[in-house]
Amino acid sequence: MSKVKERLVNGIIKENPTFVLTLGMCPTLAVTTSAINGLGMGLTTMVVLALSNAIISALRKVIPDRVRIPAFIVVIASFVTIMQFLLQGFIPTLYDALGIYIPLIVVNCIILGRAESYASKNPVIPSLFDGIGMGLGFTFALTIIGAVREILGAGEVFGYHIMPASFEPIRIFIMAPGAFFVLAMLTAAQNKLKTVFAAKGKDVSKVGSGCSADADCSSCSESAACAHKFIDTDAVPGESLEEGAKRREEEIKQNKSEAEDISADGTDSEDTDSDDADVEYIDIDDLGTDEEGK
Amino acid sequence: MPEKLKVSSNPHVRSKATTSQIMAAVVIALLPATGFGIYNFGINALILILVCIASTVLTELLFELLLKKPITIGDFSAVVTGLLLGLNLPATAPWWIAVIGGVFAILVVKMLFGGIGQNFMNPALGARCFLILSFTKIMTNFPDVGDGLSGATPLAQIKAGNSVNIMNMITGHTSGTIGETSMIAIIAGACFLILIGVIDLRIPGSYIVSFVIFLLIFGGHGFDGPFIAAHLAGGGLMLGAFFMATDYSTRPITKFGQYLFGIFLGIMTGIFRIFGPSAEGVSYAIIIGNLIVPLIEKITYPKAFGEGGERI
Repeated sequence: MSKVKERLVNGIIKENPTFVLTLGMCPTLAVTTSAINGLGMGLTTMVVLALSNAIISALRKVIPDRVRIPAFIVVIASFVTIMQFLLQGFIPTLYDALGIYIPLIVVNCIILGRAESYASKNPVIPSLFDGIGMGLGFTFALTIIGAVREILGAGEVFGYHIMPASFEPIRIFIMAPGAFFVLAMLTAAQNKLKTVFAAKGKDVSKVGSGCSADADCSSCSESAACAHKFIDTDAVPGESLEEGAKRREEEIKQNKSEAEDISADGTDSEDTDSDDADVEYIDIDDLGTDEEGK
Repeated sequence: MPEKLKVSSNPHVRSKATTSQIMAAVVIALLPATGFGIYNFGINALILILVCIASTVLTELLFELLLKKPITIGDFSAVVTGLLLGLNLPATAPWWIAVIGGVFAILVVKMLFGGIGQNFMNPALGARCFLILSFTKIMTNFPDVGDGLSGATPLAQIKAGNSVNIMNMITGHTSGTIGETSMIAIIAGACFLILIGVIDLRIPGSYIVSFVIFLLIFGGHGFDGPFIAAHLAGGGLMLGAFFMATDYSTRPITKFGQYLFGIFLGIMTGIFRIFGPSAEGVSYAIIIGNLIVPLIEKITYPKAFGEGGERI
């Protein structure tokens, strides 16, 4: 169960495919002219992503390694075709609005990326929820982008007029350049939010995920793909005073031995970088002893 | 941090000119065009220009205060951007257009890319294109200045096949954006800039010459003097060629690159004006030109002594 929750949080927040991984940019930029288009595109992709992840995961021991990409594509394309006919049959307005971008879900790099990096190596249930989590993250991002563009570019959200009558729609936001502006601004905003949260001690990366703040990232199997290493190592939020003191002590010891190494070499002593390191080392030392005294 | 950067020991030519002096010179050079625009279009033109300048300078100040960066509004570059943007608006535009344009020019085009010298396109023109795409009706609503043309710009008249009064276009008694109408006022300001050495004729000259050649070949009128004169005097060609294409941070560095840049601008302007759906194309031509400047720099990169050539 914790694995399921971890996969969902990972997809929606930690590795949000749009804002963090910046995958699947083509539909992100092209169809988010309104909130409803973004929502529709996101949900369609989520269904395809979850089902194809599950099937590929179930078949992972059957599919030969050398032809895995064509095999993945066949699975994905089958689900996309099913979704296309379902949309055409039941929600024709959305089908018309999304147009060519529905068949293009086949080549959406989020889907192939998750199949390659997660579903082909993990059991069915986590893969299914990995797909749902990633899909929800994608849906969330596309809906937000669509809503912002719709509000600014047409004064509406989900088709309802919400801006005052005197508001002159800024048309560029529902044209192609507007997609780039909004995506860039929202990505910057969520980066800012994450650093603020990390500084305040609310570790966003820690929520239900496999890695914890006081663990070393180098021992983590997902280290290479993890986007939040810097939060874990820099801020160290949420640890108690004793833990902090212990960790600092260890760091100080490490620093000392490094400093000794450098002075033993005798070559780098005048380097500005090592000067900086010395200053930092003294600061940390003072801090550590103070806290131990308390 | 800056003191850690080591400057090489070569002899460097130092100019006494500072950024603020150059920018102040550009402001002075733009005054004739500004004054004529206010005389031609009335008090709203003055209000728009002032709002533009205020919004660009305030945006830069607030951005630098919020991000705790050194305050650079003293270099007048924001004033130049605001003034150029104001001269590129139609006089009928409401004041909030000027505010949106000013904020976009400084915040998005200039400051987010690193401030003065780092902007990848001319901030005033970037904002103008942003406004044209966003508020097409407002940005193409040109006032009637009593020349019997009922608000259509001379270029639109030419495009529609009507005749225009060339003398009015040269003196500036026509419709258009605030600062673009008077060829005489713009040329006067440009002469001042060329005389004191702030700009030179490489980019404007190659721009205008290549544009004229393009018109002769593709204009559909052959060697038609009035037609070419009208295209030269009409629209933003003069303002763009002398004041916006020559922007230091968005033009190529090498001389040859500057000629290439001017020729590219001339051809693009010709394509937009002759084959495009709208009558004007200077601002789009210049911002597209700004975008290919890195490519021009790449092919005109000077070779160091001893580099290249054949090996014996």
